[in-house]
Amino acid sequence: MTVLRLGASRAVLELREYFREGLQVVFTFALPFLLLLLFTSVFGQGFAGGSAGAAAYYVPTLTAMGLMAVSFQNLGTAIAAERGDGTLRRLRGMPLPAAAYFAGKAGMVLALAVLQTALLVGTGAAGFGMDLPADPRRWLDLAWILLLGTAACTLLGIAVSSAARTARAAQAVVALPFLLLQFASGVFVPVQALPPWLLNVGAAFPLRWMAQGLRSVFLPESAAAAEAGGSWALGTVALVLAAWCAGGSVLCLLTFRWKGARDG
Amino acid sequence: MTETDGPVIDVRGLRKAYGGAPAVDGVDLEAGRGRITALLGPNGAGKSTTVEILEGFRTPDAGHVRVLGADPARAGRAWRARIGIVWQEPVEPSPLPVRDLLRHFAGYFPDPLHPDEALELVGLSDRARSGARALSGGQRRRLDVAVGLVGRPELLFLDEPTTGFDPASRRRFWAMVRSLADGGTSVLLTTHYLEEAEALADEVVVLRAGRVAARGDAATLGGRRTARATVSWTEGGAPRRVATDEPTRTVADLAARFGGEVPELSVHRPTLEEVYLSLIGGEHEGAAA
Repeated sequence: MTVLRLGASRAVLELREYFREGLQVVFTFALPFLLLLLFTSVFGQGFAGGSAGAAAYYVPTLTAMGLMAVSFQNLGTAIAAERGDGTLRRLRGMPLPAAAYFAGKAGMVLALAVLQTALLVGTGAAGFGMDLPADPRRWLDLAWILLLGTAACTLLGIAVSSAARTARAAQAVVALPFLLLQFASGVFVPVQALPPWLLNVGAAFPLRWMAQGLRSVFLPESAAAAEAGGSWALGTVALVLAAWCAGGSVLCLLTFRWKGARDG
Repeated sequence: MTETDGPVIDVRGLRKAYGGAPAVDGVDLEAGRGRITALLGPNGAGKSTTVEILEGFRTPDAGHVRVLGADPARAGRAWRARIGIVWQEPVEPSPLPVRDLLRHFAGYFPDPLHPDEALELVGLSDRARSGARALSGGQRRRLDVAVGLVGRPELLFLDEPTTGFDPASRRRFWAMVRSLADGGTSVLLTTHYLEEAEALADEVVVLRAGRVAARGDAATLGGRRTARATVSWTEGGAPRRVATDEPTRTVADLAARFGGEVPELSVHRPTLEEVYLSLIGGEHEGAAA
């Protein structure tokens, strides 16, 4: 009860602080939206159905990127910063349960994930004429992929925050693998155009499966043939994401530290 | 929950070494309820290590440690709710308004102060709606103190709270800490400012190289009250000085000998600073005063 109440209080505080950090909002929240505008305009002619067709590819793909940005990238850098600037130490000196701290992070990420998805899907539909799925089962798919993928990336973000010794180093430790994964997962270049070895690298991580699963929500059934395995493979999506949730939890338990470099 | 009459801090034989080098080497410490106790010493004397052990942030190698009747290394949330900590390093300020932050932190505690009361105590009432980042350095420090106080702690840790303050802010800060102690809050203060210990502390404990070099109230520290006085004057063009327990008699003898005015006569008793510098030996050289 206390954990839930304090977790909710933390989530509200964290969200308010998040939206007051302009640069952070641009890099972890607004970037997928800007890319959607750019890609749909630039590559619109290359897709069947023009910009609506391009949006049907890029909205789910960039939603996957956005979900990873608000979870993995956001927490990986923010927790490292909190460890360096005294925030974590101060919280440890107060009667705040550790579970409430993490519940607050999870609550903030979930709220950002839902906002991010709504922004991209809304822009695709209203701005580019993307068709919204009529079948409620597709929306159910969207819900579980969002939850499971965001959970996996949240756990990985918490784990990676401990990898760097300083907040400054964390920016690089988080940004580089995220950027490479975006390439390997078909975010910038459609999966059809990627060499098999790069697809295999991407297939080991959550982002590729989040993107593929979300494409199944917005693209017509016929588009499944363009995926790497020739189908949406939603069972594999669920398995890989669940496995990363389990692996991420273990990583968090093994690596998380409250103390920063200057705390000795 | 625990006893209410005993000392709030009871430490005996505290030891902590880093990589074989002792940082705290057999410290005894006792702090009474509602009193301000100052840990005074140069950088590296073991002040911060001692305090971090008392706060439960480090585990000692040896020694008996009780803070509010509990072992800090094992104490839980209920114990944390009874202490307040103001860290030596300021916490990066939040972009949110000061009052909202305090309201948030107050929610962690069972019986907190109203955010406006905490702001009143530290003299920040007129900045309640400001973003914490818009505060000046001294105001940020007072906000740190307000955060330390908002849970209505029985024991407040202040770790070098006024480093970087201008003299006027420092005096205002001292008055605030005194008013807290008058209200019944026990305070453990670490400082390397001698005048801060003298202005605030009911008891001063001087640490040197991990050990207690002296303890007592500021007036009697290191035998200050009974220390010998130095009488100095000039005779035959050369400075002369005598250390004596009876300076009045020495001056009378000199007056009789010179038959009137004694050239450049002065009588000097050791200041707290001189007592302190002699207590910490050569350690002060190169370190901050």
